Amino acid sequence: MKANTRTWYRLVALLLSFGLVAAACGGSDSAGSDASDGGTDETTDAGDDSSGGGETLTMAIVAPSAKNDLAFTQSMVDAINALDRDVDLQITDGTFVVEDAAAAIRGYAEDGVQVIVAHGTQYGGSLAEIAPDFPDTTFIWGTASDTQGLDNVFAYFPAADEGGYVNGILAAGLSESGKIGVVGPIEAGDAVAYIAGFQSGAEANGAEVSVVYTGSFGDVALAAETATAHIANGSDVLTGTAQMVVGAVGVANDAGVPWFGTQANQTSLAPDIVVASQVYHWEVVLEEMLTLRDGGTKGGQAFEIDLANGGLVIEFNDKFELSDELKAEADAAIAGIIDGSISTGA
Amino acid sequence: MKKLLGASIPLLAALVAFFFGAIMLVALGASPWEGLTSLASGAFGSGDRIAATLVKATPLILVGAGISIAFRTSVVNIGGEGQIVAGALLSTMVALAIPDVPRILLVPIVMVAGLVGGAIAGAIPGALKAYASVNEILSTIMLNIIMLQFMNFLLRGPLIDPLEVEAGTRIPQTARLSDNAALPTLVSGSRLHLGVVIALLAAVAAWAMLWRTPLGFRLRAVGHSPAAARSAGIKVERHITYALAISGSLGGLAGAILVFGSESQRMVTDGSTAGFTGSAGFNGIVTALFGGLHPLWTIPSAVLFGGLLTGATNLQRALQVPAALAVALNGIVVIFVVSSNRVRSRLEELLQARSEFKNSSGGDGPSADVDSLIEEVEHA
Amino acid sequence: MSDFFTVSVLVSVFASGIRLATPYLLASLGETIGQRSGVLNLGVDGIMLLAAFGAYYTALKTDNLWLAVLVALLVGLMVGVVYGLITVSLHAAQGISGIGIFLFGLGFSDLLFQVWVGTPLPVPHKLPKLSIPGLGSIPNIGEALFQHNLMTYGAFMLVPAVMFLLQKTTFGMNVRAVGENPQAADSLGVSVGRTRFMAILLGSSAAGLAGAALVLQGGIFQANLTNGLGFIAIAIVYFGAWRPLGAMAGSLLYGMVNATVVQLKVQGTIPRSASDLASMAPAVITILALVFLAGRVKAPAALTKPFARH
Repeated sequence: MKANTRTWYRLVALLLSFGLVAAACGGSDSAGSDASDGGTDETTDAGDDSSGGGETLTMAIVAPSAKNDLAFTQSMVDAINALDRDVDLQITDGTFVVEDAAAAIRGYAEDGVQVIVAHGTQYGGSLAEIAPDFPDTTFIWGTASDTQGLDNVFAYFPAADEGGYVNGILAAGLSESGKIGVVGPIEAGDAVAYIAGFQSGAEANGAEVSVVYTGSFGDVALAAETATAHIANGSDVLTGTAQMVVGAVGVANDAGVPWFGTQANQTSLAPDIVVASQVYHWEVVLEEMLTLRDGGTKGGQAFEIDLANGGLVIEFNDKFELSDELKAEADAAIAGIIDGSISTGA
Repeated sequence: MKKLLGASIPLLAALVAFFFGAIMLVALGASPWEGLTSLASGAFGSGDRIAATLVKATPLILVGAGISIAFRTSVVNIGGEGQIVAGALLSTMVALAIPDVPRILLVPIVMVAGLVGGAIAGAIPGALKAYASVNEILSTIMLNIIMLQFMNFLLRGPLIDPLEVEAGTRIPQTARLSDNAALPTLVSGSRLHLGVVIALLAAVAAWAMLWRTPLGFRLRAVGHSPAAARSAGIKVERHITYALAISGSLGGLAGAILVFGSESQRMVTDGSTAGFTGSAGFNGIVTALFGGLHPLWTIPSAVLFGGLLTGATNLQRALQVPAALAVALNGIVVIFVVSSNRVRSRLEELLQARSEFKNSSGGDGPSADVDSLIEEVEHA
Repeated sequence: MSDFFTVSVLVSVFASGIRLATPYLLASLGETIGQRSGVLNLGVDGIMLLAAFGAYYTALKTDNLWLAVLVALLVGLMVGVVYGLITVSLHAAQGISGIGIFLFGLGFSDLLFQVWVGTPLPVPHKLPKLSIPGLGSIPNIGEALFQHNLMTYGAFMLVPAVMFLLQKTTFGMNVRAVGENPQAADSLGVSVGRTRFMAILLGSSAAGLAGAALVLQGGIFQANLTNGLGFIAIAIVYFGAWRPLGAMAGSLLYGMVNATVVQLKVQGTIPRSASDLASMAPAVITILALVFLAGRVKAPAALTKPFARH
């Protein structure tokens, strides 16, 4: 009996505290839905005007990692901030659980946000369910190479192998031992394309590449030890992808081993040894998508950022001195990839 | 008078916890009132939100019921995460192997596959504890790591969507699974699916098993005193294995429901267990302990925690505060409500001293006396 | 080229294994003390995260590693006070309280990081390697064993210290008595509450140091930096049968297997397709080692049992 009532108390306690708040919010809740109704109307107006100029566009990002992760998620936040438009941006970051992300995407759509960026391939399955329910909303989804046949979804994809190839060419040129180490998370997605490109670039320039996937996106210590092991085995240039590479960058910095970054400019992590980073400039394709949207096309097309359209940029660290010869090799590789004479092999 | 006091203390504790949350919101420059209202309306504010909360509660009910069974047998199960993954993987494989079986058959088949997968992942640490004296806290923690890597291996290797290989994108996910295996939705247009009902039934079944069957009696006897159970002729080792296997099977069922009740209708990994389970394996422990290690009390407990989780997503979206706040708040709620036990029982004792009325804790009835139950958990 | 059994590779694996083992060792030593007094603390991971952030932030702002370690220790101590109040003074159930601490640490450390730091920045200086004069210059062995940072040496020196504490001091005897039979200890005049409280404080301070070791070896903080390390440390306490030496053996085993797997991956001995399977090795080998080697030692009899004088 006594025990029974105890559980009761505990649950009632939580319930009541919820209830109190829920009851209190009854009023403001309805106000909230009014506001979102208004938002939807505005959306339609903006679409009819199709002027874009001066109108504030409401956008939202739902992303798996932190908005300032100096990698995948930050690349999209920076891109939207770089847009030449008035954007009212809302961010839900750190939603690595797909179902939570789905709830956030749906929530933004219900709130009448005009353009919602679902910044994670893994969100695609959920988006296929959500997008048809909100035909007036534009969804932007990536990284993905197709829109799943949804006509209010734009897809985006980075040709990460292209920058990987250029980084590989440079890495092989810098390596004296002819051995290069790669620290990857798990063998999937973006990382695969980047590393495949890097490997063929480095091999084309006569270096041997050892690729290790640590099996984790989060284990900084293991990434550091992987870098250490690479160096112990003779690698004198390193690269890597995903957020746990900060551990590997630290090791490279201590050992004075050059490092190549991807997804965002990683120079700030180790200003002395980061040679170059492949940086994603999504704004190139975002601008195209929004222009299409202004013209009444809500989606249905897939876009790729690559070296040719300026969505992928190799950003060099000015403090790291590269020989003119090597820089010319990199430029040649970039030109070759753009004109199609070089295949990245990925 | 006594009841009033008893009820008000944990209520106060929960409010103090939310007060801490409010302070954090103020520190972040957000309005605490708006924060709490968006939390509550995000959890229970509309039919859709309630549906989302119930869906979120589903794995918590199942894992919680399973944890209750294990703890009642004096076995600690921290392997919920791994068991969820195991059930999800096996049910996914079954759905991939026989996609064309009619829905009326395939849905039950994949659910059973989930049960079996989880049971295997539970039986391993169970048998290791029973027959090789390997502590189950160690083995379940380690098995979580093993299952994570196994999931990553399968989803980027043998089970990967052939389209992903073709497109070269290599997202570690399976192909879209057969619609015949999808859990039907209960209310059209909502996310509320059959999994919620399955979880409720499973919790009832777990309760009935524990208190209405000879097996349940033997499990609880082992939990109460292995030595006494042994002298009464109960095979202690076997029942320890059973307990973890049953506990694991409920986790596995949760895994199957996560896959076949998902919007995407496929299994996908982001390289972490939490990315798939939403940490239900851990939150289920909290749920179970909150529910007094009683499968039926786990249900309301899971709904409340499910509400906290869905409300937190809304909070983050509405106020643009980091999601981490919700996780921290979750911890604070647990800490405050748990520690209010003592304050309350002190006050109860004081009141009890006046009246001569004495309570006896009901042996077979629902019991929330977590402290004394945990006391019974022994590590052989 | 891809030969594992060369001196230089073995030296590198050993050194790497010892570095990886350091945070496990610190955390599991602390948890060993706590559990010997009868207190299970599932919040180790949360304490490590909070302390790691404290150390990281201090190092970032002051570039003073001593101060950073001290802050981590104090953060550990503070959380220990909270945990002690909850579980000892308020008699709350240990399992659920620990998970509460874990969740709080996981969320709050991430929150502080995002609000105060935001974009990840490495600390100006990581823990420097310190070659022990004489020993450090022994060929190979010196590099493997005696060229580490101060926290690694400190962690391993704590092993005999904790052994001494538990076996030879009055406090240690009280800890063991309280963990085995609190009623008897109480009747002999040992304050169960105070002893457990002290054990918790020692344990969570050590967890704080583990967080500092992790973050100052890597030089950077991020959300969920520990990646479940604290839970593995708890498993190692069980592996080590509640003995400091056992905790050391478990930590070293886990670290060494991890280092070996990394090395074999780098050399290409483990094919990339089996990369995930190989990552299971530390967990699998830890379980198997326990099956074959030990596991017959009884836990402190009063572990997880709150004590109330009736």
